[in-house]
Amino acid sequence: MNTARRRFDALVIGAGGGGLRAAQQLAQAEAEVAVVSKVFPTRSHTVAAQGGMNAALGNVLPDNWHWHMYDTVKGSDYLGDQDAIEYMCRAAARLVIELEHAGVPFSRLDSGKIYQRAFGGQSQDFGGAQAARTCPAADRTGHAILHALYQQNLRAKTHFFDEYFALDLLTDDDGYVLGALVMDIATGEPVVIEAKTTLIATGGVGQIFRTNTNAMINTGDGMAMALRAGIPLQDMEFVQFHPTGIAGKGMLISEAVRGEGGYLVNKDGERFMERYAPNAKDLASRDVVSRAIAVEVREGRGCGPAGNHMLLKVDHLGADVIKKRLPGIRDIALTFMHVDPIETPIPVYPTAHYTMGGIPTNRYGQVVTPARTGPEEPVPGLYAVGECACVSVHGANRLGGNSLLDIVVFGRAAGNHMIDFLKDHRYHRPMPQEALERAQQRLASWENRSGDESVAALRLELTTVMEQNCGVFRTEEVLQEGVDKVMAIEERLLHAPLRDRSRVFNTARAEALEVENLVDVALATVCSALARRESRGAHSRVDYPKRDDVEWLKHSLYSKQGRRMDFKPVRMKPMTVDPFPPKERVY
Amino acid sequence: MTEPRDPQLERLRWQCRRGMLEVDLLLKRFLDAGFSSLDQAQKSAFADLLEYPDHVLVEWLMGRQRPSDERLAHVVDCIRDASAS
Repeated sequence: MNTARRRFDALVIGAGGGGLRAAQQLAQAEAEVAVVSKVFPTRSHTVAAQGGMNAALGNVLPDNWHWHMYDTVKGSDYLGDQDAIEYMCRAAARLVIELEHAGVPFSRLDSGKIYQRAFGGQSQDFGGAQAARTCPAADRTGHAILHALYQQNLRAKTHFFDEYFALDLLTDDDGYVLGALVMDIATGEPVVIEAKTTLIATGGVGQIFRTNTNAMINTGDGMAMALRAGIPLQDMEFVQFHPTGIAGKGMLISEAVRGEGGYLVNKDGERFMERYAPNAKDLASRDVVSRAIAVEVREGRGCGPAGNHMLLKVDHLGADVIKKRLPGIRDIALTFMHVDPIETPIPVYPTAHYTMGGIPTNRYGQVVTPARTGPEEPVPGLYAVGECACVSVHGANRLGGNSLLDIVVFGRAAGNHMIDFLKDHRYHRPMPQEALERAQQRLASWENRSGDESVAALRLELTTVMEQNCGVFRTEEVLQEGVDKVMAIEERLLHAPLRDRSRVFNTARAEALEVENLVDVALATVCSALARRESRGAHSRVDYPKRDDVEWLKHSLYSKQGRRMDFKPVRMKPMTVDPFPPKERVY
Repeated sequence: MTEPRDPQLERLRWQCRRGMLEVDLLLKRFLDAGFSSLDQAQKSAFADLLEYPDHVLVEWLMGRQRPSDERLAHVVDCIRDASAS
């Protein structure tokens, strides 16, 4: 049977803020743009970003893009690329204003200027007094940005393929990316989308961990497509965890709970943080609290029938304090556990929040991979932005307020570069039959699987292994066991048949494809974590507790083919200003 | 082996995929645990509910606000009742 074909100038895979900002740029330049999204665009995970977007506007306290740059480099634990960070921080103010003009209702001061709030890691004058740099739109900045960008795209006549699942990139023998094979979820039919240039903007991959804050759509589809196309993933060992998520479900329980006097206990009722951080106790830094919880569970002092979480106690604070100061937390506990924290402690475990690593790109959003000519050779026609990409502005650790900035700045930059690419590449390149066949094989392989394994059970097993063997407690032994276990799951997935082979709205098929993607990206993550023998930013190794700039001030690259690790230098040279050399990171 | 399935239910299942984890979990749990006991009018109210944006749904489902439309309010109550596991 012939597969349906559609042709566009540009294909954008993913309809979060990064994808839509790029699509807007392209469509306004009168390129024909297709946006493929597996859910309705305004249901992308960008809606969950509450805090705001950083820009050194200086509306509340003095500020300067150069200070923002310093904070971002320091926050990244010096693994961020300083040219990309300079570019982002310089562009920030202009892009906030652009978004305002696109319809984002930023919160305001009485003077009419955009309000800015202070977040952790923000300083004036290179590490001095607190800065106030984050521009919010009430407590739903991501939602406001996503809706504004969607409207702008409708106006510019972007073509949306809603509820289409991207399967694989289509490439020719010269390495050009010619579009993607996608599947209409409603009919189960594959569709070829040919494009002169393609952008991956599919978001992060928090779903590789059992306890995570991400929407269920965050399964790393674009990252896995890149891996299968022979493109490595960069710095995948860096995953931001928050110490207290609701165990097994993932929603954040804010630090405010411990700030108000809440504390953690193990199954013996012991306030164990006193042993790990005698002074700061429950208010020790995030990584210390996260690791203490994981150690307590590993050493058999976990609560609950499976012994897999700690308890966060607030009942001693009294009903009035809880109702007045922690109403949001009480809502979460009441809704998801039908327990009232006024009487009953909350089960918690560290929750995965943000993926710093991803598809390697330069500051134009071009996907770059090592080739004969150097470590950062562009893949012709292919771009990536946002959480699925690694540009790398977050390095080993992302600062609050920088992720919305990242998607808008680099979405726009990628859109602009794609417009230039289209000027130089005016015609579609011929689509080789083998390219189509390669991509179709993936879908076809699921039709013929047989065996006793279950896709859903393997997903649960995978996320549990990642939590235990690649979470906040990392040693050589634990990680090696993780690699072995994930590889075994990869093999077993070949013996997991689709429980339903019908075509129309077969969510089982889409979920199986997602699990396949999760396995590929999980393996990239655990292999990269095993390789990096130091502690830096969010990657904390119990057996290598120090940052090692001599050996490890470099980006890691994991390739699926041969499960190979490779490395490349960090770009320490900014565009115009002096570099910030690595220093010990003290706050 | 193919299990019997209802394409309409599967369509709803995909519409329950949202941008926020909280909404994801509550809707999915309900689809598995409570949806089948709704009558036809309530099922149709559930489908209408899914048309609302995530930031509205999260306020309703977390019990911080209540829909003014009683049909929707009733479905929201059912979802909240089914939410603990």
